[in-house]
Amino acid sequence: MLIERKWKKWVYFYLPIAVFILFTLFPFYWMAVTAFRPDSELYATWRQPNAAPLWTLHPTLEHVKGLLQTTAFPTWLWNTMLIAIVSTIISLICGMFAGYALARLRFRGSEFLGTAIFITYLVPQTLLFIPLADIIRDMQLGNTPWALMLTYPTFLIPFCTWLLMGYFKTIPKELEECARIDGATRFGAMVRIIFPVAVPGILSAGIFAFTLSWNEFIYALVFMASADQKTVPVGVVSELIRGDIFFWGQLMAGALLGSVPVALVYSFFVEYYVTGLTGSVKG
Amino acid sequence: MADVSIRALNKKYDNGFHAVKDVNLEIRDKEFLVLVGPSGCGKTTTLRMVAGLEEITSGEIRIGEEVVNDLPPMDRNIAMVFQNYALYPHKTVFDNMAFGLQMRGYPKDEVKKRVQEAAEILGIEPLLERKPRQLSGGQRQRVAVGRAIVRHPEVFLFDEPLSNLDAKLRVQMRVELKRLHERLETTAIYVTHDQVEAMTLGDRVVVMKDGRVQQVGEPLELYGRPANRFVAGFIGSPAMNFVEVSISGSGDALWAETQGLRVRVPQGFSGKVQSGQRLTLGVRPEALRLANGADEHTFATAVDVVEPLGNEILLNFRAGGVPMVARVDPGVRVKPHENIHLALDPQRLHFFDAKTEAAI
Repeated sequence: MLIERKWKKWVYFYLPIAVFILFTLFPFYWMAVTAFRPDSELYATWRQPNAAPLWTLHPTLEHVKGLLQTTAFPTWLWNTMLIAIVSTIISLICGMFAGYALARLRFRGSEFLGTAIFITYLVPQTLLFIPLADIIRDMQLGNTPWALMLTYPTFLIPFCTWLLMGYFKTIPKELEECARIDGATRFGAMVRIIFPVAVPGILSAGIFAFTLSWNEFIYALVFMASADQKTVPVGVVSELIRGDIFFWGQLMAGALLGSVPVALVYSFFVEYYVTGLTGSVKG
Repeated sequence: MADVSIRALNKKYDNGFHAVKDVNLEIRDKEFLVLVGPSGCGKTTTLRMVAGLEEITSGEIRIGEEVVNDLPPMDRNIAMVFQNYALYPHKTVFDNMAFGLQMRGYPKDEVKKRVQEAAEILGIEPLLERKPRQLSGGQRQRVAVGRAIVRHPEVFLFDEPLSNLDAKLRVQMRVELKRLHERLETTAIYVTHDQVEAMTLGDRVVVMKDGRVQQVGEPLELYGRPANRFVAGFIGSPAMNFVEVSISGSGDALWAETQGLRVRVPQGFSGKVQSGQRLTLGVRPEALRLANGADEHTFATAVDVVEPLGNEILLNFRAGGVPMVARVDPGVRVKPHENIHLALDPQRLHFFDAKTEAAI
């Protein structure tokens, strides 16, 4: 009986999870391996003698060097970082106040406002970039980092607002009432009690917002023209695919270096991030 | 120290729900007043309006000499203990208790002194550096009380503070709260749905139902002379037995009758009760006992369930078609389904108008 159960656990639990992990991690592995393989291996056919299609026999840094020396990758990385951080901060601040207001304050039209904010999040960027391009041109922000710092919040604020609204709702309102009796104003109670308690939620909203702006493609493609203003996702694709030639090694090196900062950010806050998404607050 | 006066207080929500209707209460200085009633009776809403957490639709609330209708909670000099304790989870016990004082700009030494003092009173000194999540339910409760007493407020407000504790701890904390109130001599308003808590803690008890005050009085007054059928049924456990009766007879010899039950109306009610009236007869379980030959107000019935509780025995039976309970001496030996004769104590009968439910 016990043996049968063990057998079942393997089939129903370990095997599917192993397949799932393999499936999820394989692209990352492929990216890393490709970044460190010499061109001779990359473009060799699998049938060639001594072929090692799934790993490399002669690891090399030539693609990383090439990427850093022949393209403006460090500038793209810096641009992406700056734009992601600034737009995340703007969106978090707006999202915290808006989320709090929608979760706690009862005012006329609050429900409508909540829904309206959500709907703006649902409008696809592929449509929204057309009117936004017009606005950016009128404001003469095209080809400057501000074009992205100010347009990313258009989808980040609704996202942060909704995530934080949900989190604020899990915080017992008595905490805030108690603070108000203790001598805090509503604003004071929000800043001194609710925000510190909501740190896991705020962090996970921040991480999500950071990742979304880090990965954003279409606005960056449309609003940024010159090579030194590009972000990593756009820069890598537009500079390393020339015509029908794909510089696979450098492309993958760019992808690898581009995903490292995000992975680092995640790993620092992973605990907060999990409680932010799943946990609630107990008083 | 202050008295609290509530006049013609009303609360109507935007959705039209009238939660509190014309409540008038005078709470004396140093008094422990308990608001009790079933859920949705408006007791918590009333308390929250005193705290300033809920807007007043109409009426007036005074704390001391001052009308506080439009004052924010922080300016009312009150402290409140919440049902879920509402401890700040990111602050230590010390900081939880000190927060109110810090917000009011007390110097550091004074804050420390007061927190120490309160912690001593409540026996939570060893916990001052802990976070709320490291405390047991009872300890959290004490911290919540401590946070209220450090400020030396004029009025304490308690919103069902014991209902999250287990039964044994609840009894213990109840006594501690009573002791604390005697020591601090501060006016307190306490909300609960538990009538035992209300009776044991309150100097006076306010029974509420559907947003209205049903009766205000000292615990024994509510028990002995309930103003209406609701109060009679709410206060006391097991609850008072009610049976619909019709009055017959004439002059001094009036009888309250229903199927299987016929008792003589005690002298005290003559003049208030007339023949032909339909009334509700109320009998407390302890006003019933096994009859001996000499009793006048007796009736026969069959016991269906016997509940031996040790210090008393509860006999469940039916009379006049309704289930009733008698509380009898633990020495009594009665078996289920046995036929018995029960006697009513004529001094402890209650009659209520069948329509208005007011006591007669």
